[in-house]
Order: sequence, then C-alpha cells, then structure tokens
Amino acid sequence: MGAPEKTGTVENAALFELLLRMGDNALILGHRVSEWCGHSPALEEDIALSNTALDLIGQTQLWLGLAGEVEGKGRSADDLAYLRDTLDFRNVLLVERPNGDFGKTLMRQFLFDAWHYLQLKALKGSSDRRIAEIAEKAFKEVSYHLERSGDLVIRLGDGTAESHRRMQEALDDLWPYTGELFQGDAFDAAVAADGIAPEPASLKDAWDALVRETLEEATLKMPADGYMQKGGKRGAHTEHLGFILAELQFLQRAYPGATW
Amino acid sequence: MSSEWPLWEVFIRGQHGLNHRHVGSLHAPDAEMAVNNARDVYTRRNEGVSIWVVRSADITASAPSDKGPLFEPSNSKVYRHPTFFDVPDEVGHM
Repeated sequence: MGAPEKTGTVENAALFELLLRMGDNALILGHRVSEWCGHSPALEEDIALSNTALDLIGQTQLWLGLAGEVEGKGRSADDLAYLRDTLDFRNVLLVERPNGDFGKTLMRQFLFDAWHYLQLKALKGSSDRRIAEIAEKAFKEVSYHLERSGDLVIRLGDGTAESHRRMQEALDDLWPYTGELFQGDAFDAAVAADGIAPEPASLKDAWDALVRETLEEATLKMPADGYMQKGGKRGAHTEHLGFILAELQFLQRAYPGATW
Repeated sequence: MSSEWPLWEVFIRGQHGLNHRHVGSLHAPDAEMAVNNARDVYTRRNEGVSIWVVRSADITASAPSDKGPLFEPSNSKVYRHPTFFDVPDEVGHM
C-alpha cells in the first residue's frame, strides 16, 4: 500500500463534501466546547471538557487535511478552517447551538456523540483507506466522549429536581436539531454507493436505540420527532456560526498568514 | 459544588509489570466518576495503563508526630542491613 488509492467512480466533489462535513462538525463543536475552558463548574470537569475539545480539534486537522488533499487546490487544513466564510461551512446546526448552561452543553454533546460514534464505527469500514484510518483513530476518542457525556446525562437527568428540569429543557430545545444528522442528499448517496460512508438515514434506528436507553435511565422523556431544523450541511447556518467564526478566524483575518 | 464532592486519591500504573503509584488526588461524586476524572486529569500524556482510586477518607495514615517512635529506633540497628557479609569476587555485581 503506497500512495493513497483513488476512489474509482465517486466524484471528488462528493468526497470533498463528506470530508468537510466531518471536519466542520468536529471544528465547530470543538470550538464551542473550548469556550468552557476556565469556566466549568469544577476543575475536573474543566479539564475533561477541554480534553474533548482538543480531541475534536485534532480530528478536524485530519478530516480537513484530507479534504484539502482531495480538493487538489493546495488548500491546507488551516486554510479551510480559517479562510472560509459561513456559507462554505458544512457542519450541522446542532453543533453551533450556544452552550447555554452546563447541562445543555452536555446534552448537545451526548446527542452528537451518539451519532458521531455510530458514524465513525461505520467509517472504520470505509472503502477509502484514508477515511478508514482517520475513523479508526477518532473512534477511540469518541467512544470515551460518549461514555462520559452519557454518564453525565444520566446523573443530571436522574439527579435533583432542578438538574432534571434543566436536562429535560435542554433535550426538548435541542431535539429539533437532531434530524439533520440523518438527512441525506445527492452527495451522501454518491459516497454511500461507493461504500465510502453510510447513508445518513441508515444510522437513525441505532441512534434512537442508543439515545433512548440513556434517556430512560436518566428518567428523561424522549421527545417525538416533529419538525426538524436543517440547512447546515449545505451551508445555510443560524446566526450563531458567524459569531463563532468571528472569534475563531480573527487572527488570520486581521493578520493574514500570521504564524507562530 | 465541588466542595460537596469527596476527595479521592489516584494511583496509576505506568506500564505492565510496574506497581500502581500515587499520582495525586481529585474530587468526584463517586468511584466511577473518580476513575473518569482521573483519566482526564492524570493520563493526558499517555501515563497509564491502569487506574485505581480510593476515597481519601478510607486511608489510615501514620501521624507525623509518631515519626520518632515509629522509625528512629531502626536507625541505630545497622545489623538489620545485610552489609556485613563478604561477597566473594566470583559473585560479581549484586
């Protein structure tokens, strides 16, 4: 196995799109979680959350690095992270939701982790070896993220009346943003047809089961699937992403090409 | 909030075959979370293959003021150290 093999029939555009979606989800959630650094309710939680953020930023480097390679226009992971505008970002809306209180941050983490875990598990078997290798590494990290966020959702959901109320509110508030994880488009169909990535909808049943089990233990009521927000995967974002990018990209925008 | 959590002592085994070593302490509501927290606080640089946690309150320690009675008597008993044997040259380095 020498040079990375080309993935035969699939268009590069679809592959690029998949890699941007994986990378942007990790980047934006990693940034959101990093906002807690120095502010968590306990020192131990602060370090644990920062670890999660660092894992996600590390994964971003791998996904966006490969995205730049696939695109073939000489853009690096840094170029893609720092020099694209909101319309070019492909993360789901869920990960750009504001942190809210600690419970809401954890609930968002749990809902995303459950999907991330299943997605990476499937990507480990990708027909594209480069993707399978990244997934292999990220899967170990995300397995721990899921264990931790699920555990805390249970503790807080099944905790005091106040923590239960906050977790249920967080769940109800975030639920409409979970549907987008399972909505596919032509790009998804193209990479799925080549065995590169799973069809998004194919993960829904396993995700429902995984989430239901934890929520039941947490004594939280799983909301019914109603109207679902969407748009992030094709670049239509909420106003929050602009503020995230303003902070994330400030240095490269103000001092183009700055390094340290 | 963290002031309500008990303190735990953390022991990490660095490699297979070595003993668990005390590395520090942290706060956590129960043993399971203490292990998780220990993983995040003390193994970020690939320090460990195994973690033990024990509630600090469950450790019985000798009192610092007992140092004299407990340990000093052995100072004067040099014969308890096996330093009075002639080691034959053939044995080499011991």
